[in-house]
Amino acid sequence: APGALSAGSVHRSHTEPAEDGYAGERDGGRRLYPGHIPTSPLQKALLAAGSALMALYDPYRHDMVAVLGETTGCLVLPNLRDKMRNDPEGSRILQERPRIRLSTLDVEGLRWLPDGTLGREYLRFLEDNKVSPDTRMPAKFVDDEELAYVIQRYREVHDLMHTLLGMPTNMLGEVVVKWFEAIQTGLPMCVLGAAFGPLRLNARKLQVLATELIPWAIQSGRSANCILNIYYEQRWEQTVASLREEIGIFPPP
Amino acid sequence: VYQVFENVAKKYDIMNDSMSLGIHRVWKDVLLYKMNPSPGILLLDVAGGTGDIAFRFIDYVRSVRERQLRRKLKHHQNLSWQEIADSYQAETVKPLGDSQVVVCDINKEMLKVGRQKAQHLGYSEGLSWVVGNAEELPFGDEKFDVYTIAFGIRNVTHIDLVLQEAYRVLKPGGRFLCLEFSQVNNPLLSRLYDLYSFQIIPVLGEIIAGDWKSYQYLVESIRRFPPQEEFKAMIEDAGFLKVDYQNLTSGIVAIHSGFKL
Repeated sequence: APGALSAGSVHRSHTEPAEDGYAGERDGGRRLYPGHIPTSPLQKALLAAGSALMALYDPYRHDMVAVLGETTGCLVLPNLRDKMRNDPEGSRILQERPRIRLSTLDVEGLRWLPDGTLGREYLRFLEDNKVSPDTRMPAKFVDDEELAYVIQRYREVHDLMHTLLGMPTNMLGEVVVKWFEAIQTGLPMCVLGAAFGPLRLNARKLQVLATELIPWAIQSGRSANCILNIYYEQRWEQTVASLREEIGIFPPP
Repeated sequence: VYQVFENVAKKYDIMNDSMSLGIHRVWKDVLLYKMNPSPGILLLDVAGGTGDIAFRFIDYVRSVRERQLRRKLKHHQNLSWQEIADSYQAETVKPLGDSQVVVCDINKEMLKVGRQKAQHLGYSEGLSWVVGNAEELPFGDEKFDVYTIAFGIRNVTHIDLVLQEAYRVLKPGGRFLCLEFSQVNNPLLSRLYDLYSFQIIPVLGEIIAGDWKSYQYLVESIRRFPPQEEFKAMIEDAGFLKVDYQNLTSGIVAIHSGFKL
């Protein structure tokens, strides 16, 4: 007979696998949302450590950055969620759960917007940097369905951060955005990214970073309202400048 | 299962080393040692994907062949120079001594990785790569001297069909060898093994291959596989004789062997 069952934290399934090789009724229904993978504290710790190392070793492993965010975010995510709940626009977002996806964006409509509007500049950012909002990893290791949405929203709003801050997707730009996000959200993953990201920059860039960009990012991050509380999808026509003023982001250097 | 291995193919070897801490290499070496092939043997390696068994087979046969040639050389010491030079001609043409291995796998991605590895490591002759289903092999009856399936049989839907096919394609006197995860016989080790399997392996899968679910599946498929004695009975049911098994690493892995007599 198979080996003895050990205590609670070991998962075991004796059901036949479904077509995709993955049993449906596993963990007695502990799966809280599609894509949720329940994990024990030990597994979370290992994932956090492993994903941190792997992300440093291979910076193209964006999935590792995502995993790091999910496994280390558990203390901070409830604060973010509460910030959203306490804000009228934020709580509307929590209720309506908008997702930013190419299929839901009216790309042509955005293209026709005047220059300087959020929608037009966001589209320009996506095209110039050849990125798409669909490449964001869905949350897997967050053990609360609402918090999973919060971190998902944070990920999807990241590109809009680039637009609002006027930062490109190169290493320098990403580090600056991380600094801003670290101040704004307090997510350990952002803090780590902000701290370790600069290690990969050359001296000249580091100088620009330290003397101009980081101080600006910190200032803006502190003075700005919570960026998760803006219902971006309803503000495509608003100009970037006015949105910056409204939130409290200083113009980029 | 197919999709699992499509994801898994490229990182397969890295994951194997990480999960087993490199011990899988020892297990495979033991399989070859037990097989003890001589030059001229025709091997069919089923679910052989990335070629680990096939390469070891070639290495083994090559070294046996070299020993054969060296022994021959000793006997030649009383021949003339001319006769010795002539005999070299005949023998260097066959470094493997007509041995061949056919690697068969249902998954093209795994075979692709295997072929690339072969090229990279310098294996060229004596190797063939064929796509095929272990439950319905694309080979005629009684073609092979040895049939191996290493860490593949736990993934098939109908183990009995695979065993029947193995019996069919083997020549009379042929040998069936299966290397597979099995049941651990030591209760303490079993608990540690379970802990390691369920806690650590999916995490490794996520970190190294970005794929938690495939490795969760792998760990569960190991638990579902019949224990040593039961599997032995299944092999006997397919018609094999002198069926036996050898536990490795306290039963984490077992090599089952049977003959078509």
